[in-house]
Amino acid sequence: MSNPASDIRNQFPGLQNTVYGRPLIYLDNAATAQRPAGVLALQAQLGERENANIHRAVHKLSVDATNRYEAGRSAVERFLNVDPAVGCVVFTSGATAAFNLLATCFSARYLQKGDQILISEAEHHSNIVPWQLACERTGAELVVVPVEEDGTLSVAEVEKRLTNRVKLVSIAQISNVLGVVNPVREIIAAAHAKGIPVAVDGAQGVVHAACDVQALDCDFYIFSGHKIYAPTGTGILYGKRRFLEEMPPYMGGGDMVDTVSFARTTYNTLPLKYEAGTPNFTGQACFVPALELADTLRYSAEVKAQERAIVAYLAEELLRIDGLRIFGLPDDLSTKIPLFSLAVEGTHPSDLAQILDKLGIAVRSGWMCAEPLVRRFSDRGMLRASFLPYNTMAEAEAFVAGLQRAVKMLK
Amino acid sequence: MSTIKTIEELSNEVIEEFCVFDEWLDKYEYIIELGKSLPLIDEKDKIDDNLINGCQSRVWLACEMKEDRLYFKADSDAIITKGIISLLIRVYSGQKPADILASDFSFIDQIGLKENLSPTRAGGLVAMIKQIKLYALGYESR
Repeated sequence: MSNPASDIRNQFPGLQNTVYGRPLIYLDNAATAQRPAGVLALQAQLGERENANIHRAVHKLSVDATNRYEAGRSAVERFLNVDPAVGCVVFTSGATAAFNLLATCFSARYLQKGDQILISEAEHHSNIVPWQLACERTGAELVVVPVEEDGTLSVAEVEKRLTNRVKLVSIAQISNVLGVVNPVREIIAAAHAKGIPVAVDGAQGVVHAACDVQALDCDFYIFSGHKIYAPTGTGILYGKRRFLEEMPPYMGGGDMVDTVSFARTTYNTLPLKYEAGTPNFTGQACFVPALELADTLRYSAEVKAQERAIVAYLAEELLRIDGLRIFGLPDDLSTKIPLFSLAVEGTHPSDLAQILDKLGIAVRSGWMCAEPLVRRFSDRGMLRASFLPYNTMAEAEAFVAGLQRAVKMLK
Repeated sequence: MSTIKTIEELSNEVIEEFCVFDEWLDKYEYIIELGKSLPLIDEKDKIDDNLINGCQSRVWLACEMKEDRLYFKADSDAIITKGIISLLIRVYSGQKPADILASDFSFIDQIGLKENLSPTRAGGLVAMIKQIKLYALGYESR
């Protein structure tokens, strides 16, 4: 089998780095992906030659910049297979900003005292805290569906909590800790059967799972650009128009208005109604090359085969380490993405991560912005290694060898 | 005359000890040994009030003043962190608040643990140093 990762790797200058004199093995992809040369080049080009504020002026530079920004939006719409008659893509600075927008505006329009928002136990803080704030403002309650011991989310557990008090289900397609694809399609169907809309946190899902919003029929879909090869400070909220039209604006200011007078302001049409202020127009424009690459990768049989091989290898080899536990390991590995969170008895994740760092291996340790979930399984936090198509099997092997070495040093 | 060594003398001792290691591996193995060997704090002092914020691992730091000097006791549930704390305690426990405040803690850099001084570092060394200085400041201003 040829090695698809080596061709892909050449497109990523960040992967050519050395740390402490060793070649970098970058396995913190669930936090941030490296950016390909095409994205880095476009960022530089736009800064040098097409830098002007968008949507406002008639001069050429502004028109060009506006076109680039809107091309970024079209790229996202294509990637998510958005039906423009049904929904639209609002640009945000990232998934966290998108959740704050959604929680603020949705709660202002639809939430009242005694209502409920349903989330799972395996949510990122960005899909917990904005809802807690919304609940404090409205008197609504947050209801939490537990995950199973193997990290899977049971549709039945969700379904039995779908009472008429629930006004929205907001759930991760893939937890950034457990790395298991959740049955969001089934959850959405169950919620819709009771007239309840569903928001999907696609921060990990957009990279590793099917994210066709028409097929999912989700009401909202959220992701960050920097996890899918785009620059930091980029992200989106996809929403169905019927909700986005009804909800009030989020922030007030430039570009979100139609006309302003001191007596009354009317708002711009979708999606600009939710895009107050000068947005990250350079960053959002870079969705074009970023998603072009992501699109190639998601349909590559070679990439898929390598990903499956890495998952199978890690699921087997990691468990050979004495005292090691993997969190999120279903029997059916077809739903497991190449993201492994673990703990080794008698060692602290931060110690393991520090030794791996010295070996040139970048991994995450701690609570991973999902403290309630991590605490349930491990009171000292976890160690997480997360892979993208540019990671090789050799890197997976180096990770296992490095971990064995670190454990030996610490025990 | 007091026989207690100064911060500078103690720092130099540590720097000298670390000179023998050219490999990061040996250095970390030594720190891990330090971390494993030292009971640094009584269980009764492992209370939330003594927990330092900003560390990925749990770090407890307790301080008391005897005569005009500060005595530190600490522990962590992470071994590397605990090893580094034991170095800090060796240098700074038993010193006068004013001397602690005047120290720039540069021996950490000199023994090649500079990366641990980054504010986001998992070990939370920066938070530990800040807490030691806060204790010194608190006692000095009394």
